[in-house]
Amino acid sequence: MESRHPLRRRNQENFDRFIPCRSAMDFGYAITMVTMKNSERNRKENSSEYSVLYRQKLAQAADLPSRILAFRNKPLKPIQSPSSPQPKPSKPPRHIPQTSERKLHAPDILDDFCLNLLDWGCSNVLSIALENDVYLWNASNKSTAELVSVDEEDGPVTSVSWCPDGSRLAIGLDSSLVQVWDTIANKQLTTLKSGHRAGVSSLAWNNSHILTTGGMNGKIVNNDVRVRSHINSYRGHTDEVCGLKWSLDGKKLASGGSDNVVHIWDRSAVSSSSRTTRWLHKFEEHTAAVKALAWCPFQSDLLASGGGEGDQCIKLWNMRTGARLDSVDTGSEVCALLWNKNERELLSSHGLTKNQITLWKYPSMVKMAELNGHTSRVLYMTQSPDGCTVATAAADETLRFWNVFGTPKATPKTNHEPFANFNRILIFITVAFSSRKGPLILSSKAIVGAASWYCAIHIMLSTNSDKCDGPFIVKNNPHIHDPDDVFPGLVINPIH
Amino acid sequence: MASKTVTKDIITLRGSAAIVSEFFGYAANSILYNRGVYPEESFVKVKKYGLPMLLTEDEGVKSFITNLTAQLSEWLEAGKLQRIVLVIMSKSTGEVLERWNFSIETDNEVVEKGESREKSDKEIMREIQAIMRQIASSITYLPCLDEPCVFDVLAYTNTDVEVPFTWTESDPKLIANPQMVKLHSFDTKIHKVDTLVSYKNDEWDEQ
Repeated sequence: MESRHPLRRRNQENFDRFIPCRSAMDFGYAITMVTMKNSERNRKENSSEYSVLYRQKLAQAADLPSRILAFRNKPLKPIQSPSSPQPKPSKPPRHIPQTSERKLHAPDILDDFCLNLLDWGCSNVLSIALENDVYLWNASNKSTAELVSVDEEDGPVTSVSWCPDGSRLAIGLDSSLVQVWDTIANKQLTTLKSGHRAGVSSLAWNNSHILTTGGMNGKIVNNDVRVRSHINSYRGHTDEVCGLKWSLDGKKLASGGSDNVVHIWDRSAVSSSSRTTRWLHKFEEHTAAVKALAWCPFQSDLLASGGGEGDQCIKLWNMRTGARLDSVDTGSEVCALLWNKNERELLSSHGLTKNQITLWKYPSMVKMAELNGHTSRVLYMTQSPDGCTVATAAADETLRFWNVFGTPKATPKTNHEPFANFNRILIFITVAFSSRKGPLILSSKAIVGAASWYCAIHIMLSTNSDKCDGPFIVKNNPHIHDPDDVFPGLVINPIH
Repeated sequence: MASKTVTKDIITLRGSAAIVSEFFGYAANSILYNRGVYPEESFVKVKKYGLPMLLTEDEGVKSFITNLTAQLSEWLEAGKLQRIVLVIMSKSTGEVLERWNFSIETDNEVVEKGESREKSDKEIMREIQAIMRQIASSITYLPCLDEPCVFDVLAYTNTDVEVPFTWTESDPKLIANPQMVKLHSFDTKIHKVDTLVSYKNDEWDEQ
């Protein structure tokens, strides 16, 4: 009886004033309820649920005032990398130039949605395929050179892709052949018969010797370029494979096709019985061809995909659960997607009617900038190895460079020239690993100049890992923020 | 009552308390992982609720959550727990950045009379699965926690509960002008758990 009306009891003690008793009031609940009322207007569909909840809470609160308890033995503070845990001062929004920084002429470039004719290698050389010819543009000294002009019967060139070592280039042809060239010696190393019986619309290197080809017949094949053999193939697409991207740790392959499906393949799931492997995930939400695919560099297991003319959406996927996290209608076909390595941003290139490039803030997916310039759909997009500049090409026969990604955190902001942010620092790192064969001391030296140091270390570790037959995982942990860390966020884990 | 095609399992008060406290343990781990309070490498993957769930390997956090869920289970069986709140605060300033509120409605009849209820286990698991998925995808709208954070757990109980010496009274640790998102709820027919996350408005997103 007494417990039901505690307030009345107190009123008898205080004759003429109601002095609220703090310990009997549930402030948390009260304030939550008051503020919840204001935000109710934004969620009309839940309003009836809220009012029911509110009434229930009122009833509960009237009967049972609550105590708020906290556990005494607090857990240890999360261990941070050796850095001062000061909150970062909020940065002012950076200036994004609205026009292209440079424009080059790209005559005869093909206007075909499924092709991948542009790629920027980590040696800072850009390759572009113009019908039957492949040109190399050296971004450091701004010089152009023609690499190869393929025969009429083999051409046109349908895809180009740089090997992670920065010197080899794979060229996919309409005749289903793939040529691998050494761009430093300027000679062809090998020709692969991809086995597609149709043009090779997309290429992706897993490491410096495994090249994955996607064909216009929907088949995806893993090739070993050293021995010119097929390792295995992935069957699933029923139409051209326009988009093909390996995840940054090399374990998962994302493929997008003209059949509107995005497949995810696991590299380790090679079935012993047959030469073809089943997919890990199948995403059928897009309603148009999916060419734009991009793995997030700062958040593991996050993939962004973009749909073509009939779909126009960018969708974000969680690879672990296979769930779609977000979907944004952009209003225009999405031809290519790139993640910003320096900030949490996503860049998309579009077609009609504005042929723009849009920069989105992640994860809110708020439009930060829209860059115009191209006069036809921006089919091909790639970014520089230092992550500052983006190159785009379209059927209006221009190749444009945009300074849209800002400067990386490690370098001082001196000027806006895209390639002048050279870090002339010699970084010596000695990393000790122990493999099954005994301790292996790995020393990597990165000379930062025209080449990106990130790429150089990655390559160094991959080639060394090949020698001691144990791959290293080089991955990003976005939660490590250490301004003194040489490779912010880079975590190296040996696999045992 | 005519037997239905869906098989229902008998849920006792103790069983329901176990389900809820276990759910909270996994949800807390999931929140700590997805919000980046602890580094990704300190988590290990396990299978639970038909999903790959992540559990922390950090001894301190593990024992904290274990002791916590044991106590919560006790309070749930007594029908004295009203809600559990997981608070994420900035390590340096102590400001509350996020508040994950799990409110619990207990069927008092079951507590008083010791009855049991019927509900299909699969159904409960499906409801919990939905909440876990929502927590994992909450990163799309929650503002990034760029600074190092710590977490704390508050339990709202009835006033007549006996406070064990390992627990102290606390203030509610509220957020001023929060944004709130209501997630799914699950119901064991004895305890109904609602999830609500409130977070500090990110000024950058406002622009």
